[in-house]
Amino acid sequence: MAEDAALQIDDLHGFYGESHILHGLSLAVGKGEAVAIIGRNGAGKTTTMRAIMGLLERRSGSIKVKGKETIASPPEAIARLGVGFVPEERGIYASLDVADNLLLPPKLADGGASLDEIYRLFPNLRERRRSQGTRLSGGEQQMLAIARVLRTGADVFLLDEPTEGLAPVIVEQICTVIDGMKKKGHTVLLVEQNFHVASQLADRHYVMEHGRIVDVIARSELTAKLDRIRALLGI
Amino acid sequence: MSTQVILGQLLVGLINGSFYAMMSLGLAIIFGLLGIANIAQGAFYMMGAFFSWMLLRWAGIGYFPALILVPLAVGLIGMAIERLLLRRIYRLDHMYGLLLTFGILTFIQGLFVWLFATAGRPYPVPAELRGGFDLGFMFLPAYRAWVVAASLTFCLATWLIIEKTPLGRTLRAATENPNLTRAFGVNVPALMTFGFGVGVALAGAAGLLAAPIYSVSPLMGGDLVIVVFAVVVIGGLGSILGSIVTSLALGLLEGLARVVYPQGANMVIFVIMIAVLLVRPAGLFGRER
Repeated sequence: MAEDAALQIDDLHGFYGESHILHGLSLAVGKGEAVAIIGRNGAGKTTTMRAIMGLLERRSGSIKVKGKETIASPPEAIARLGVGFVPEERGIYASLDVADNLLLPPKLADGGASLDEIYRLFPNLRERRRSQGTRLSGGEQQMLAIARVLRTGADVFLLDEPTEGLAPVIVEQICTVIDGMKKKGHTVLLVEQNFHVASQLADRHYVMEHGRIVDVIARSELTAKLDRIRALLGI
Repeated sequence: MSTQVILGQLLVGLINGSFYAMMSLGLAIIFGLLGIANIAQGAFYMMGAFFSWMLLRWAGIGYFPALILVPLAVGLIGMAIERLLLRRIYRLDHMYGLLLTFGILTFIQGLFVWLFATAGRPYPVPAELRGGFDLGFMFLPAYRAWVVAASLTFCLATWLIIEKTPLGRTLRAATENPNLTRAFGVNVPALMTFGFGVGVALAGAAGLLAAPIYSVSPLMGGDLVIVVFAVVVIGGLGSILGSIVTSLALGLLEGLARVVYPQGANMVIFVIMIAVLLVRPAGLFGRER
């Protein structure tokens, strides 16, 4: 996979201040593949996403995005390789209205969704386009966070807990959007607590524990390994 | 006491308020984006006045071209200082920013005292703006009216750019959440350099506007910046429009105090500052951080 990997991480170590969170993590996501990272709270899933995005104070090892080494790159350079980031906290700007939140991320490449397409996909956002970003409901904020990166022409998406704390009908809507990303041939790396959602979307699952990948489970192995997964996730 | 005296003092207050507005607007942009309380703002104001004087004296370049050249030059010097010095301390406590910019203020002032000594140098009112209007109840010098109009234009233009343009949208986003904004591909460090340049350019422009009213001297900014900091504490650093409104209101109030109780006029802003700090520590328009 080394040649055509959208994302290739080798022996990644990551730190928050003095605490060592990621301990030699390695994983790879092929172009057009959808991969989920699953694991308990505190396993280091969000830290992994932030490390890929260049948002950790200190990281070492190797992270290649589309074959380009980014371990020493600042976040803006990583984004410009065509990476769209949806952070766990959603990151909606309170000082911008919904439309400005959508328009903020600069265009990275051709082929992104137009504003019209986005409003068709998320009619709520059109209705509330003049509202302050943080006045939206949790579900609408999540839609906004995803819609925001669809516009940019990114083709590698990092989605951190996109369905966390949302009502089932909104979870369905967001799954449809992520499925749409896959159908367009985009690459998706997903952190997901909701195993039902993860199993529906991902081609492969990396199981994470204590800052390392401890297992890889292909979609075809899910049923056979269900007990082991339950034990690992504590569900 | 005649209305003429009151109106005269209110006009002085309005003019001072205009300078406060340009200075504190610059401070608000810089603090929002860089997290630095830029004491050196006073030095950039003084440099604005001195550059105008130098342009006129040494190159024969007059007031109106200076209106573009001076903010540009002051902004570029600011950007160089941000790159060389301020950039290194963003990760540290706010106190370091205060100390460093105080050092920069002292250094620049010292440099100009060494080069030009402390005596004031006159800068003539440009010919087009001499004379004035007889309003019946008072005489309004044209240049004073111009200063108020020009500074309001500078402030309003800055506000419009921040609130209504894509550049302003990016600036507001970078102010609120710099890391996430970088993760969208925005070069926030470059934006911070630019923002510092704009903030000090406003001070430079204020220096040019002030040059024909006050004499140009190396120490003119150090005194002003202390008052402007009090204004900023009163207004709070949360809002661009808030800092403009607070500045004008306090300028007027100071003018009024000069009529009612001249001995206390220089104190009034500081007394208000203490009162505001007791009641609303984040300032009138500020948000608690």
